[in-house]
Amino acid sequence: MARALIHVPPSAKRGEVIEIKTLISHVMETGYRIGVTGQPIPRDIIEDFVCTYNGEEVFRAKLYPAIAANPFISFFTIATESGTIAFSWTDQHGATQVQTAAITVE
Amino acid sequence: MRRAAAVIATLVAAATGALAAEIPLDQRRPDSDFISADSRAMQNDDTANPAMLVLLDGETLWNTKAGAANRSCADCHGDAEKSMKGVAARYPAYASELGRPVDLAQQINLSRTMDQKAPAFAFESKELLALTVYIARQSRGMPVAIKEDAKAKSFIAAGRALFEQRQGQLNLSCAQCHDDNWGKTLAGNLIPQAMPTGYPIYRLEWQAVGSLQRRLRNCMSGMRAETYSFGAPELVDLEYYLMWRARGLPMEAPAVRP
Repeated sequence: MARALIHVPPSAKRGEVIEIKTLISHVMETGYRIGVTGQPIPRDIIEDFVCTYNGEEVFRAKLYPAIAANPFISFFTIATESGTIAFSWTDQHGATQVQTAAITVE
Repeated sequence: MRRAAAVIATLVAAATGALAAEIPLDQRRPDSDFISADSRAMQNDDTANPAMLVLLDGETLWNTKAGAANRSCADCHGDAEKSMKGVAARYPAYASELGRPVDLAQQINLSRTMDQKAPAFAFESKELLALTVYIARQSRGMPVAIKEDAKAKSFIAAGRALFEQRQGQLNLSCAQCHDDNWGKTLAGNLIPQAMPTGYPIYRLEWQAVGSLQRRLRNCMSGMRAETYSFGAPELVDLEYYLMWRARGLPMEAPAVRP
C-alpha cells in the first residue's frame, strides 16, 4: 500500500468552497528511461484519480507519463452535506488504492 | 583564527592562491530564499511537501523492532518529537567510537549496529533517508547549533579547505560560486549560499528525497571533479564545515529544492 496524504477541512459551512489536497507516493516511471543495465525501465504509472463525495463523483483526473513522481492533486468542491469524501488512485495494472476523509457540514 | 587561516592557506595555496571571503554572519540567508515562491510554498505546506510521505515511512521505522537486540528506536529514545528535538541541528558531530565526526545518517547507522545489533542501512537507501527525514523534521525552525570546539576544529578546518580548494576539469572551488557569486545565476538558477539547513531534501529534479552527500557529489560531478564515495571522511568534513557555516540559521528539513 502506497503512502497517501489527504487534506480535507474537517468542517465547513454549507455552500462553502473547500480546497482538497492529495499527495500519494508513486514512482510514476515513464517507460522512457534506461536503467543501469542498459535495459529500458518499464512504465509504471497511476492512470486514474477519482474523488467522490457521498458516492457522487466530484473530480476525476487522467494521469500520463509526464506527471512527476508522487503526484500532488489539488482541487475545489462545494461543501453540500456531512459525510465521506473518498479518493481512489488506479494504476496501469488495475490496482486501486482508496482512502477516505470525513467532513462535517453545518 | 589567524593560525587556522594560515593552516588552510597552506593547504590550498597551490590551488587557489588567495582565500575567498566568507559570507559575513549578518548577510547569511537560508537556501529557501533562493528558490521560487512556488517551491517554498510546497516546502512549508505539510500536505504538499512530498518528503512528508517519506517522513511517514520514517515514523514507522522508528517504532519497528530490529536486530538481535530486538529493540526499536522508540524503545530507547521514546517519543521522537521530544527526544529528537534539536538533534539534527547538532549534526555532524564528533563520534568518540570512531574518533571522527559522523553525520546524522551515519549516527543512525551507529545506533543500529551498536545498540540494535542490526545490519547498517546502505547510504541513500529508502530506510536510512526515511529515518533521517523523520529525525531531522523534529528540529524544524530551531537554529543550527554546531560548535567549533576543540574536537571539531580540525575537521571543520579540513572541510573548509576542501570548500575553498579548486578541483575538477573546470578548476572551480565551492567558494567561487557560493561565497563569491551567490545571488547571481548559473544556467538560469539562482546560486544559493550553500547553507545546508534543509537536508535530507526533496529535490524536484531527483523526484525523490536525497542526502546532503548526494547533493555534494552532484556539485562535484558538475565541476567535473572526481566525487568522493558516500560516507567518505572528506564529505563528512565538508558537511561539518557547511553546517558550522550555517550556525544560527533555522533548520528547515525536509526542504524542497528545484
